[in-house]
Amino acid sequence: MSDPAPITLDPRIPEGPLEHKWDTFKQEAKLVAPANRRKYTVVVVGTGLAGASAAASLAEMGYTVKSLCISDSPRRAHSIAAQGGINAAKNYQNDGDSVWRLFYDTIKGGDFRSREANVYRLAQVSASIIDHCAAQGIPFAREYGGTLSNRSFGGAQVSRTFYARGQTGQQLLLGAYGALMRQVDEGNVTLYPRREMLDLVTVDGRARGVVARNLVTGAIERYSGHAVILATGGYSTVFHLSTNAVNSNATAVWRCYKRGALFANPCFTQIHPTCIPQAGDGQSKLTLMSESLRNDGRVWVPKLKGDQRPPAQIPEDERDYYLERLYPSFGNLVPRDIASRRAKEVCDQGRGVGPGGLSVYLDFADAVKRLGEPVIRSRYANLFDMYHEITNENPYQVPMRIYPAPHYTMGGLWVDYHLMSTIPGLFVAGEANFSDHGANRLGASALMQGLADGYFVLPYTIGHYLAGIGPGAVADKDPAFDVAERGVREDVSRMLAVNGSRTVREFWHDLGRIMWNKVGMSRHEKGLSEAIAEIQSLRQEFAKNVRVSGAEGDFNKDLEFAGRVSDYLGLGELMARDALQRRESCGGHFRDESATPEGEALRDDDHFTYVAAWRYRGEGQLPDMQQEPLPFERVHPSQRSYK
Amino acid sequence: MTTNGHTYTLKVWRQPGADRPGRLATYTVTGISPDLSLLEALDVLNEDLIRKGEDPIAFESDCREGICGQCGIVVNGVAHGSKLGCTTCEIRMREFAPGSTITLEPFRATAFPIIKDLVINRSAFDRIIARGGYVSINTGAAPEANAIPVARDLAEKAMDAAACIGCGACVAACPNASASLFVGAKVSQLAVMPQGHAERERRVTRMVAQMDAEGFGNCSNHGECEAVCPKEIPIHVISRMRREYIRASVKSVLG
Repeated sequence: MSDPAPITLDPRIPEGPLEHKWDTFKQEAKLVAPANRRKYTVVVVGTGLAGASAAASLAEMGYTVKSLCISDSPRRAHSIAAQGGINAAKNYQNDGDSVWRLFYDTIKGGDFRSREANVYRLAQVSASIIDHCAAQGIPFAREYGGTLSNRSFGGAQVSRTFYARGQTGQQLLLGAYGALMRQVDEGNVTLYPRREMLDLVTVDGRARGVVARNLVTGAIERYSGHAVILATGGYSTVFHLSTNAVNSNATAVWRCYKRGALFANPCFTQIHPTCIPQAGDGQSKLTLMSESLRNDGRVWVPKLKGDQRPPAQIPEDERDYYLERLYPSFGNLVPRDIASRRAKEVCDQGRGVGPGGLSVYLDFADAVKRLGEPVIRSRYANLFDMYHEITNENPYQVPMRIYPAPHYTMGGLWVDYHLMSTIPGLFVAGEANFSDHGANRLGASALMQGLADGYFVLPYTIGHYLAGIGPGAVADKDPAFDVAERGVREDVSRMLAVNGSRTVREFWHDLGRIMWNKVGMSRHEKGLSEAIAEIQSLRQEFAKNVRVSGAEGDFNKDLEFAGRVSDYLGLGELMARDALQRRESCGGHFRDESATPEGEALRDDDHFTYVAAWRYRGEGQLPDMQQEPLPFERVHPSQRSYK
Repeated sequence: MTTNGHTYTLKVWRQPGADRPGRLATYTVTGISPDLSLLEALDVLNEDLIRKGEDPIAFESDCREGICGQCGIVVNGVAHGSKLGCTTCEIRMREFAPGSTITLEPFRATAFPIIKDLVINRSAFDRIIARGGYVSINTGAAPEANAIPVARDLAEKAMDAAACIGCGACVAACPNASASLFVGAKVSQLAVMPQGHAERERRVTRMVAQMDAEGFGNCSNHGECEAVCPKEIPIHVISRMRREYIRASVKSVLG
């Protein structure tokens, strides 16, 4: 293949000062008149916070919406599992918060690897999200006077996190789901549950629909529209064991990448510090314990290597509260990347606790002494119960044991300021895009971003796009749909025909081990190169030796997973390649070769202040990497300090 | 850890499709660690079946931490098993005596047709929510969030009801296959929150009508729903739904 023409990645950021960019965009955006909106169809894939809020908002405006999800109901999307909260720059606590401060915390938290304009807009719309969700009747925590409560989250020195017990994601999602179902009732949204998107269809270079498999009948179906929104979440399941749901997957974004959408910063993955450690081999997922626990829990390990005493028998002066020691001003509430890395470090030193020395204590004894058990119970009861249930240990009596686990992916499909990918008409929202969190996401910012994209950004930017293309008929009879459908059928038949000797899950397990060991919390040149070679050979073996059971035209979970794992094998390699080219440490991406003497991530701003956007060039070809420079006009990237 | 695990007998409902006959099939699983969840034990069994060229057991789950509501199996005769306040995915194998037999059947109700094996169709719940399980407010129309104060205990009460995960265990456990706990939970949340007041009559009337239309039975106060609810939604949400319904009926007559 000849060298492809380089793409100029135009982020389409409006002119003018940072504070006015979003207003400028809204003032200049083209509009579609209310009576014309129903002539436009938007296909929305995914019904998590971003997808459900986008679908509902567009339908409220009058657009015709087709909404697809893989679960039996839109309400099951994995946003539902988010526990701790959602940030907003309301300054209800009178503690100095502002749009600027939320913007700055987010940029800094992301280790200066995100776009100023996008993040500023996120902070600007954050307050409207809380207004809207409160109006939806979401039972946020309240003060006795009836006003909204806040709690603190990592990486911030103000209290700006709104929450509904430990089930904030659930409540926000049910709010968006309710809004979506109201539009279903009004006939503006048609719901297609149990559909898995397997390809994107482009006509004359524009996204015009998707091909999906009906997960009950196995039928391959076509969904056409004037634009497509992908809100299909992140790709932490590449690691096999993660905090994600078992059906969370990367297939939709990966297949769009193969259709020409660029994939940005795939190596930016977040390993969450407070998860319940792995207990055995047959385990299917890891369970997160909300970051909010670090408000009251103290993280420690014994000072002595290999100290086997039960925690209660280790005296105070023989404990190392290492986060409080290393980061006196943020203490236990340092950002996730730092907390995870330090946990790994103390375990690598042989000071970890529990089976295999692969965990650290999160201790509530002081908080219980100070506040009493009822207060702790009122704050965290469901989390403590969940922990007790899983580990058979009572965290009111003994410290929790926690260890980091893959949780969130900051990387995703490249999008411009309009949230449009490099394929015109393909918009990407929520965790599926790369836009706002740079190299590390702060706690309580994922819910904020998903809902910002869906409720308050896409309704404007999609209108602008649709007004530009006109409402001409979109037919799913177009030959492009035939081609995509044929490709999907061939893929499915090919996997079923291999009839090899290793199960889909075995391959997933093997890939997860490579990713965790070599593309996980710390990475180096040699390990990454080995990972690429190992993944390639695993991928070849998958093609020759996978065993997929059952039939095509049936409810067939094994077949669903086979397609997903096949895509993970491609994406895992791309993650390793991206990690290899980024010879600096930043946020969750830690290269052993690039650390400060204190062991903090050492950025190389001269060489790596860019977004790495990867372009697919065909099977067996190396992808090429395009750079979008990140000019910082208002903030000055500095060595992140939480000391 | 799995090498010295335990052995269990699983009796599992197998049914190829809604209109095909089903039966209980018996399997043995070995090497099961007490820390595994019941669904992970099913994963282990399915791996075995796949290796042997047999059709794996179709069952559903997603979050595997008790919040998405996707899983739902009748375990030894009880929806989500006999342990209180947990979903099927939260059941650990340490709950069962080593060597014991565990029977797994789908949630059964006319309104929840079986798709395959343990997988059912619960879309009736979505259609009920579509008739009013929300506050009708468009994006962009909201007042300042603190403009409407909500007393703390009311917000807590609303949250107790809002915790519903839509799993359908209440229906599976009810001798009448009533969906009253599910509908009552949403009606209660929005009847308690002041934001829901503008359309409370319309909401309860439409949701109850849809519940009836879907073929769910009536509530006759058995209380089985509350007993199996993994989120321990209190049964008084049903009384509140009735009060709301009567209030709406009286209002429609008296104006």
